[in-house]
Amino acid sequence: MSSDQRRPSRRRAPVSAGAPRIGVDRVACSGHGICAQTLADVVGLDEWGYPIVADRPVEAKDADLAVKLCPARALYLRP
Amino acid sequence: MSNETLWYLSRATGLASITLLTLVVILGLLTSGRRRPFGERATIVMGLHRWVSLGMVAFLTTHIVTAIVETYVSIDWISLVIPFTSAYSPLWVGLGTLAFDVLVAVMVTSYWRHRMTERAWTAVHWLGYLMWPMAIAHGVALGTADQPLLRGTTLLCGAAGALALAWRLTTSYADRDRRRDILAGGWS
Ligand code: SF4
Repeated sequence: MSSDQRRPSRRRAPVSAGAPRIGVDRVACSGHGICAQTLADVVGLDEWGYPIVADRPVEAKDADLAVKLCPARALYLRP
Repeated sequence: MSNETLWYLSRATGLASITLLTLVVILGLLTSGRRRPFGERATIVMGLHRWVSLGMVAFLTTHIVTAIVETYVSIDWISLVIPFTSAYSPLWVGLGTLAFDVLVAVMVTSYWRHRMTERAWTAVHWLGYLMWPMAIAHGVALGTADQPLLRGTTLLCGAAGALALAWRLTTSYADRDRRRDILAGGWS
């Protein structure tokens, strides 16, 4: 198991009502690992650097930024 | 503003633009050619790639507008969009125009990336590899021969970009390699 491995943190920040959840297009994702930084609360990386996403809502503005910064355009929002 | 001020402003902002553009290109190459995930750095590189490119627009706009407005050399407004129309050094000014046109296309498609197919966005974004050498050639050719600082900076940018490009070419597609390694490792 490499030292890259990180699970989504257990810390839960309160989120507004109607906040989106994050989905990953597994085929498009090229494992840049940026979402694990921009959405550290809900995204961790597996040992190969691909995201593990917790099924919890996130603040819409954080989610938007993460979607924008994903180089592979693999992140999307779901209700 | 006096003509001389405009002239210097145009030189200075041109220099800033080529430096920032080169930085953006290098950051893009770093993102696409990274060898393995590198966490925070990947995020910073990606963020800078996006936001430095926006910052560059301010310098580039000033560079272009001042170059047209000052009357020391004659460049008309038409040369803003249509390449090779300038009375002054049509080829080299034209390359700058062409690079600007491509840059606008790259930036507009990136702004609306989420409304386009990935394939269309990628096709336009690839034009960046054409645009950057044109900007360098434009800078080297017009970078005022008696000012070694101007030309030197542009050449330095060219060298730095070429180095990053070489690095990018020697990495294979990182994600494909990783998927292959995972497969080779079996399902333990
Ligand atoms: S930022 Fe995008 S490409 Fe990178 S790991 Fe997350 S989903 Fe995949």
